Parts: sequence; C-alpha cells; structure tokens
Amino acid sequence: MKPALELRSRLLHATRTFFHDRGFLEVETPVRVRAPAIEAHIDAEPSGAHWLRTSPELHMKRLLAAGLENVFQLGPCFRRGERGDRHHPEYTMLEWYRARADYSDMLADTKALLAHLARAIGGTDAHRISYRNQPIELLPRWERITVREAFLRWAGWDPVAHWDEERFNLDLAEKVEPALPRDVPVVLTDYPAPAAALARRKPEDPAVAERWELYIGGLELANAYSELTDPAEQRVRFEEAIRARRARGKEVYPIDEAFMAALERLPPSGGIALGFDRLVMLFADAPTLDEVMAFREGE
Amino acid sequence: MYNATDLRKGLKILWEGQPYEITEFQFVKPGKGMAMYKCRIRHMLQGNTIEKTFREVDSFGKPDLESRELIFSYANGDQLVFSDPETYEEYLVDGEVLGRNKLLLADNMHVDVLFYNGKAVEVTLPIFVEKQIVETEPGFKGNTATNTYKPAKVEGGYEIQVPLFINQGDFVRIDTRTGEYADRVAKK
Repeated sequence: MKPALELRSRLLHATRTFFHDRGFLEVETPVRVRAPAIEAHIDAEPSGAHWLRTSPELHMKRLLAAGLENVFQLGPCFRRGERGDRHHPEYTMLEWYRARADYSDMLADTKALLAHLARAIGGTDAHRISYRNQPIELLPRWERITVREAFLRWAGWDPVAHWDEERFNLDLAEKVEPALPRDVPVVLTDYPAPAAALARRKPEDPAVAERWELYIGGLELANAYSELTDPAEQRVRFEEAIRARRARGKEVYPIDEAFMAALERLPPSGGIALGFDRLVMLFADAPTLDEVMAFREGE
Repeated sequence: MYNATDLRKGLKILWEGQPYEITEFQFVKPGKGMAMYKCRIRHMLQGNTIEKTFREVDSFGKPDLESRELIFSYANGDQLVFSDPETYEEYLVDGEVLGRNKLLLADNMHVDVLFYNGKAVEVTLPIFVEKQIVETEPGFKGNTATNTYKPAKVEGGYEIQVPLFINQGDFVRIDTRTGEYADRVAKK
C-alpha cells in the first residue's frame, strides 16, 4: 500500500510540474454539474438536483472559448456502475486542452509527458519498464495503427465502411484489444465517425473522426480528440446520444446550453483525458486499480 | 431474473435454458463503448467451461437450485445414498457428481448437496477430512522437509502426495477443495 501511494504522490507532483513548466494553467471546474456530457454509454451519479461530473470536458472547453490557451486539470470524476479490475466508480482524471491545436499535438504532448514521468520516477534507463512481466519500451517508438487497419487485421471487417456498434464493441474487446502489441505504446487512431463522441471529422476523410486512444502494456490509458467545434453537429450528436440512451431505458441528461453557446467561440482545439489511476498502475506494475488507491468504494 | 450488472464470480445463472456457474468475471468497457462482462462459465451438469462476453442488455434466469445438509449413509453400486438428519428421508446421488472426492466420504459425514430441478449436481464435503495412510514408502527419520513429496494411499483407496516424514499408519488431513494433503494430525 505505502509504496503505491508514494509512487502516486511522485507522479502527481511530476505531472503538475510538467504542465506548469510548459505554461499550462491548472484549473478546477465544478464537480457537481447540472448537465453532464451526454454519451450513450457513460452514466452519471446523481447528486441532489445535480449530477457528479463524468469528465470536466465541457467546462474546460468553455474556458478555451473564454480565451484561455492551455489548461489542465487533475481531479475526481464519477461513473455509475463502472467497477472492475480497471474501473472504479470514483477515480482521478487528468485532462488537458490546447487552443489552436489538434489530436497530433495532443499525441506529442502525451509522449513528452510519459518521458518526463518515467525520468522523474525511474532515473537512468527510465524508458524501459515492465508491466505484468511484459517488458515495454516507452520511448521512442509509438506504434500508430488506424481503427480500420486494426479491425481488418484482427477482426476481419471494416467498421468505417460498415458500421455496426454492437459488433464493433464486442470485437474491440474480444479480438482487437487482446491482439494489440504490448512491447511498445500503441495509438489506435481515426475512429469511425459514429464513434467520434466529441471529436471532429477528419477534413480529408469525413468517414472517420480525429480521435485516438493510447494503450500501454494492454492498459487503455487515454482518449484524445481534435475537438468538435461545430455547434450544429454537436447538437445532432447530443440528440443521437439522447435517443440511444432512451432506447436502452437509461436516464437522459439535459443538453448543456451554456456549453453550446460557448462552442460558437471555441477556437480549433485539441483535448485529452487520461486515466491517472491507470497510469499509476502501469508504473507500479499493479494488476488492479484498487491497489493504487488509498481507499476503495465503501471503505 | 438477473441482469448483466448482477454478474459476479460464483453466481449461478440460467442461460439459454442451461445452468452455469460463473468461475471468472471481468468488467470491461473499451473506449467510449458499452459495458461488457467477460466471463468464464461452467456448465453445472456437464462440467465443461466456456468463455462468454455478456452485454449490458443481457439477462439471465435464476436456476432452480436448492441446497440441503445431508448425511452420508451408504454406497449402492454407483449410487450414493444420503439422508436428511431430521426427517431421515433418503436421497440418491450419482457417484460421478463427486468425482475423486467420492473416495473421501465416510459414514455419517455431513455434506452439502446442491439440487438442480430436484437432481443432485454438486456435493460439498467438509473442507478438511482426516484419513489414515495405508500405504507409502517408509519415511526418513528426522526428515521434516515440507517441499519434497512422495505418493501415498489412504483408507478408501484415495491417492495423494505427502511429505517424506509421513509414515504408514499416520493420520493426515486432506483439503477437499484442492484434493491435496494439508497437514499431519497429532498421534491419537
């Protein structure tokens, strides 16, 4: 317990140093919100007339719309019903956003952050780590593979050409994720547009969205976007997510109109959410998220 | 009825009309996708195990299961006869249901019998049973090494690996969950 918490503390410190040194502003946005981000498969925990945030995303983009350039936040997020080896209903998220940037810039940031953290806790040879007996070269090579390539190779079909949400999710969990290389970080990129969430479509190939996910040693660590800044398309996507939630009998949240208004002024931006507890798991070589938290649900 | 969110290790479910026990359970939720429940499930009648990923929308029946504490009476060929300690009602159980543990039964032993649709499908013995060693190579005096083992046979014909210091005539305790030697019982 103590070594994991010491490591966690050093990683928190090193993360803050990394962003402060690069001119990012550390911000804190509301934890209790009137309108959580609407996603088909993410459920918010109610808190009186509010909900607890599932991510600080909407408020952080409002800060960019208000003129801030580079912001980051480290803080708790809550997702109802998510409990497993790699999930806990309350967890710590690291999110950062940059005005006039896109998902490639977020990738460069993430690589620099990982290098900085490995040095901060590992010293020499810091980029060579081992997770669950799997040696990993954290740097310099990150393998980039598109969702289309990954599915064609390991699941035998193209989800960009023939979208099927159910099949996409099942094959991602059962065929694609287990097959991803584990000896180097893997960036799974360019998701089919229907799985874009809050990412913009790729200008030169609108069938895919500028979204990537980072996997290291089999752990899914981060999700990044070139942010969607088109209010009309954003409203359509929220409405689609609302319909999907209704169809599954799930609670429906109101659209955050303050966020919608801010979108009118949001510059082209890049954003990313990184599961901080999983990052600690990776560096601590811990098999479960529980092992890197000071307290578990109900303790 | 159970929902996918009720799934956990050890739960017994009715799926596609068949009774299964969940032997391994993992919650997964890749990316922004739907929640899924990766399970290994064991068919409670046939004993075979399969891997199955359930989705949030899946639901399951509750198998008609009933557990009774019974006493072992006697064996009648392949059939084992157990009786209720209060009503003396007798229950027949196929020897196959116990597997190798059948050899560890003793007269008047209290066991838990699990019935599915009225048919016995699982017999749980006490965690530890004491048995006398009836056959093994002689031990070496003073050798108390606990990491070197030799074969031995206990009363009833059950075969296990025991440490070198165990002798013929000794009593040992066997862990019925693993089927392995647990420790030596002080001389009686």
